[in-house]
Amino acid sequence: MRYSGFKVIREALRGHKGWGPAWRDPEPKSHYDIIIIGGGGHGLATAHYLAKIYGQRNVAVIEKGWIGGGNVGRNTTIIRSNYLLDGNEPFYEFSLKLWEGLEQDLNYNAMVSQRGIMNLIHSDAQRDAFTRRGNAMILNGADAELLDEAQIRAEYPFLNFNDARFPIKGGLAQRRGGTVRHDAVAWGYARGADQNGVDIIQNCEVTGFRIEDGKCLGVETSKGFIGANKVGCAVAGNSGRMMSKAGMRLPIESHVLQAFVSEGLKPVLPGVITFGAGHFYVSQSDKGGLVFGGDLDGYNTYAQRGNLPVVEDVCEGGMGLMPMIGRARLLRMWGGIMDMSMDGSPIIDRTHVDGLYFNGGWCYGGFKATPASGYCFAHLLANDAPHPVATAYRFDRFDKGRMIDEKGMGNQPNLH
Amino acid sequence: MIINHPLLGPRDSAEFVYLGDATLIDRPDWQSETALKDFSDYAYLRDNPAGEHRELWFHEGGDRSWLVVTRNTLTHEISKVELARDVARARGRSK
Repeated sequence: MRYSGFKVIREALRGHKGWGPAWRDPEPKSHYDIIIIGGGGHGLATAHYLAKIYGQRNVAVIEKGWIGGGNVGRNTTIIRSNYLLDGNEPFYEFSLKLWEGLEQDLNYNAMVSQRGIMNLIHSDAQRDAFTRRGNAMILNGADAELLDEAQIRAEYPFLNFNDARFPIKGGLAQRRGGTVRHDAVAWGYARGADQNGVDIIQNCEVTGFRIEDGKCLGVETSKGFIGANKVGCAVAGNSGRMMSKAGMRLPIESHVLQAFVSEGLKPVLPGVITFGAGHFYVSQSDKGGLVFGGDLDGYNTYAQRGNLPVVEDVCEGGMGLMPMIGRARLLRMWGGIMDMSMDGSPIIDRTHVDGLYFNGGWCYGGFKATPASGYCFAHLLANDAPHPVATAYRFDRFDKGRMIDEKGMGNQPNLH
Repeated sequence: MIINHPLLGPRDSAEFVYLGDATLIDRPDWQSETALKDFSDYAYLRDNPAGEHRELWFHEGGDRSWLVVTRNTLTHEISKVELARDVARARGRSK
């Protein structure tokens, strides 16, 4: 069923009795060409592009709970491609271009809103660093714009310009960045994949891999064994837990990142802003809530909740940047489990097991990467070779000293 | 989280800095035949368990001691706190 204005009017006149489920709820077959573990944004996007771009028709997505119940439903919905390094920027720009065409591709309203993202500058050194980053972005075909203080004042007059310690000196804007309705991304990809014949199997937990003679033959699940020629794992925060079932140790630690939303307010914040002196970022959802977040809690955890010291730290950042936020009441806060890699960059690669592929290590940048991650993982699964924009995301980069460390923090995952 | 410091008693975890898995105490032998691979694994690979996890915390806002904290990564419950130097000595390091 295609969605259209005509269809909406037709259903309005017929009592909305003609809307069917957006995707099927099939029983698993005994064998698939390709199985994707994880029905989140990345797994569903992988399935969609496998079917649509790479012509794979015998594909299943296996999800232990309901689709979109993990990090794709727990993030702060920001999309951007403002990276510095060559290994990253072409990939994220590819992702942003896919976001721009996503709704037409999926025939689904994901509320992609290119309202712009503004990284604020608070010191001369930071201006130098952001100028360099902006130039790197432009060299890779992205857009970047360096603004001075007066331009920031004109756009965001309510920010704390009188802060003696962290004065706002300017900003690096990416006008094509913005926000997307995150749940709709999962649902749109699920519907797109399903329409091309992908089986989306929910409430089916993968409990292990069947590996013989170094070849992965399929997965053991709570609904029995399901065979596959190839298995791709896209389980974000559970990467370490899942891949240990295949005997792998990963360059990844699982950490919790908290996010917050205020009560609904009238429109006050036109775009996304980030505080460059602390770690605080905020945007306003279409429902009116201020959605914001900050640093990781900083210790290994699989619990989807954090602790109070980080709540205090994030709210201090918010008060330091835009004091009026203190008048809004906090409505909800939650945590998501981040697969923090050792250099802060992701992995899309084969493993030492034949037929087993891995997609993870997204740290807290997974949401914006969803389309490109799915596209590149699909490319890898279909062709056994990395997509041209994802050639750097290999397991062996740690052994070979080719880390992609945007922040230059080294192998300390809680600092990325 | 409250970390029950062996010398100072219960302290707020916000006083501490987190380093990571306590296996970082077991630095590989640089003279070993397999030193290159050992150091790469040591620096970059982690067990990342869901459940009991032994980890290094540094009491930066206190007595600057290193602790080995045994904590459940599913519940945040802390079951044991030791001085890292005691753990390291018991494993034959820092003679």
